[in-house]
Amino acid sequence: MKRAQSIEHRTQTKTGSILLSVIWALCSLFWNLSFAFASDISIHGFLQGNYSVNTETSNPDGGDFKWAEERLQLKLDASKDPFHLFLKTDAFYDHIDDASKLELREGYIDYSSSAWDLRLGRQIITWGLGDLIFINDVFPKDYEAFFSGRPMEYLKIGSDAVKLGMYPSFASAELIVIPFFEPNNFPDPKRFHIFDPMASITNREEEEPATTLENMEIALRIYRTFADFDVSLYFYKGFLRQPYMFPNNMTMPTKIDLFYPELSVYGTSLQGRAFDGVLSLEAGYYDSREDRDGTDPMTPNSQTRFLLGYLRQMWEDFTIGLQYYSEYMHDYSGYEENLPAGFPQEKKLHDLASVRLTQFLIHQTLKLSFFAFYSPSEEDYLLNPEIKYNFSDSIWAAAGANIFGGGREWTQFGGLDRNDNLYVQVRYEF
Amino acid sequence: MNNSKFQISNFKFLIVCALCSTLCVLPFKAFSLTAEEVVKKSQEAFFYQAKDFKARVMMKLISKSGQERVRELTMLRKNYGASGGEQKYFMYFYQPADVKDMTFMVYKFPAKDDDRWLFVPAINMVRRIAAQDKSSSFVGSDFTYEDVSGRDVEDDTHTITKEEKLDTRECYVIKSTPKAQDVDYTYKLSWIDKDNFLPLKDEYYDKKGELYRVFSADEIKDVKGFPTITKRSMKNLASGHRTEVTYTKADYNIGIEDSLFSERFLKQPPKKWIE
Repeated sequence: MKRAQSIEHRTQTKTGSILLSVIWALCSLFWNLSFAFASDISIHGFLQGNYSVNTETSNPDGGDFKWAEERLQLKLDASKDPFHLFLKTDAFYDHIDDASKLELREGYIDYSSSAWDLRLGRQIITWGLGDLIFINDVFPKDYEAFFSGRPMEYLKIGSDAVKLGMYPSFASAELIVIPFFEPNNFPDPKRFHIFDPMASITNREEEEPATTLENMEIALRIYRTFADFDVSLYFYKGFLRQPYMFPNNMTMPTKIDLFYPELSVYGTSLQGRAFDGVLSLEAGYYDSREDRDGTDPMTPNSQTRFLLGYLRQMWEDFTIGLQYYSEYMHDYSGYEENLPAGFPQEKKLHDLASVRLTQFLIHQTLKLSFFAFYSPSEEDYLLNPEIKYNFSDSIWAAAGANIFGGGREWTQFGGLDRNDNLYVQVRYEF
Repeated sequence: MNNSKFQISNFKFLIVCALCSTLCVLPFKAFSLTAEEVVKKSQEAFFYQAKDFKARVMMKLISKSGQERVRELTMLRKNYGASGGEQKYFMYFYQPADVKDMTFMVYKFPAKDDDRWLFVPAINMVRRIAAQDKSSSFVGSDFTYEDVSGRDVEDDTHTITKEEKLDTRECYVIKSTPKAQDVDYTYKLSWIDKDNFLPLKDEYYDKKGELYRVFSADEIKDVKGFPTITKRSMKNLASGHRTEVTYTKADYNIGIEDSLFSERFLKQPPKKWIE
């Protein structure tokens, strides 16, 4: 049940949000002001082609491509102390949906003073130490992008947020307030074969947390260096970004409500040089506020999540990264006792190991990489080999594969078994 | 008895004479430097000059066939302690486009591995990168990390092989042999200017004893009274690849704050330092 993915394909842009209008108003004001004061302005971006073709079977809707698009990204930077404006906008043509789309990836204004700074607007926030494993990075992600062979940066979705940075001498802090909820984006059921325990019930209604003061997401990170180690403490109060199913009737359901359970996370991380490499430790307690005793089968139980990572350069331009991750479910007996018959049962301990090998060649213009996830508890895997070549300073191309398998149909990668794909990315950057 | 007394005082006299002559010779000895002292002075002149340093660095990576790639960055460096001691580096990249706005920070420690952090703007992430191998190429160029930020003097044994003129400059020629097999070369010959102690040429020899990599200082300018190499190149004779580096806007003692070397400014580099 827990890994039953969202069947709603979501668009990433939230039009009509009040915050966005405010940002645009500020941007245009700033734009005019910046010309008036002749501030520092730069425009960069890229043209990109990105295609991903099935290697195992057609999509559920009969298509052969997981992704096929041409994209233009424009990045505008303008600054005049103490302000800085950044806009990153993508325009793209999606061949699968046969539609052209516009997307504001990021758009924010910074204000910086010596002791603090403020960022207002749509921004990408990345916390934690994991490589594709997220404990304290509770911010929105696009798993469809990742599984479709899109460039890594598209795994992250911007949050419409206010971020306050504070820098007293004893520690630094980031306080983030997110008034508008943004869920993760999961693979589209038209393009991906995904496991759905109640596939026959198509009457579904998704309910996102309302934009209220009470539902405002708050995230805090306090960090400093301690004995040559980077130490962080994290706190988050908000919602799980993965929807859970709530059937109207447990025995004869006719309708399913999709909802986002309340969540708080208390976490910490530590990273530094050790054993001739870089050692990372991260942990988090996932407090499932709506099911603290673990008896509600439709809401996730509280968990403790833990990550151990190690990165080492073995020889020139060759790096190996290893990770071990585990999720421990609290109140497991409550979960077991209340799990409805016929539902796949989760294990008390879910774990995941990963390896990343990276070799640069020819003056770092050719990059060979291999990434693999393997879960000892679920016995499923994901393999991602990739080759990337920089033809010149402005043109690069990458080709790779996503191979899923093992486990059962309800496990994370086992459930994606029939979605193996081969992808190509070509980019002209300016 | 008398005879023996005389003999003792005579002996004392001889000792005093010997001591005096030693003392007289010592000051003259002190004028000629040992190889280690030359290398230390060279390290100070090349990597540790002043309290801090800033330059706009243009690197041209040129392949054998003539294809050029460009790496353009601002490099900021601050010393913590004496020459050969701890340093912090901050680098901001302008070019090529796929690394624009990336920043890179190094805490360099004598006798232990560096700490390195990289900021990736596309996903707004600061991460540590593994830095065990100091002989790795710096951003794909023919320069290694050690070529950019220096190598511990104690990592090699140094001897003065000769003293000779390179063009018009009087030089020490130092042979440096790594104590451990931690680099690609078996030894290096350095022509170090006797006047300002800058390295004017380095020759790197491989395991077969063949010359395969050559560094040359192509332009030296006086910046705030500090002789500074503003143009340099590194040629790989084996691959035919070379890297030419030009420093512009070089400046010393500009008052770089300690706070610059932090996650905050990796993510948002202060305009005043990267213009």
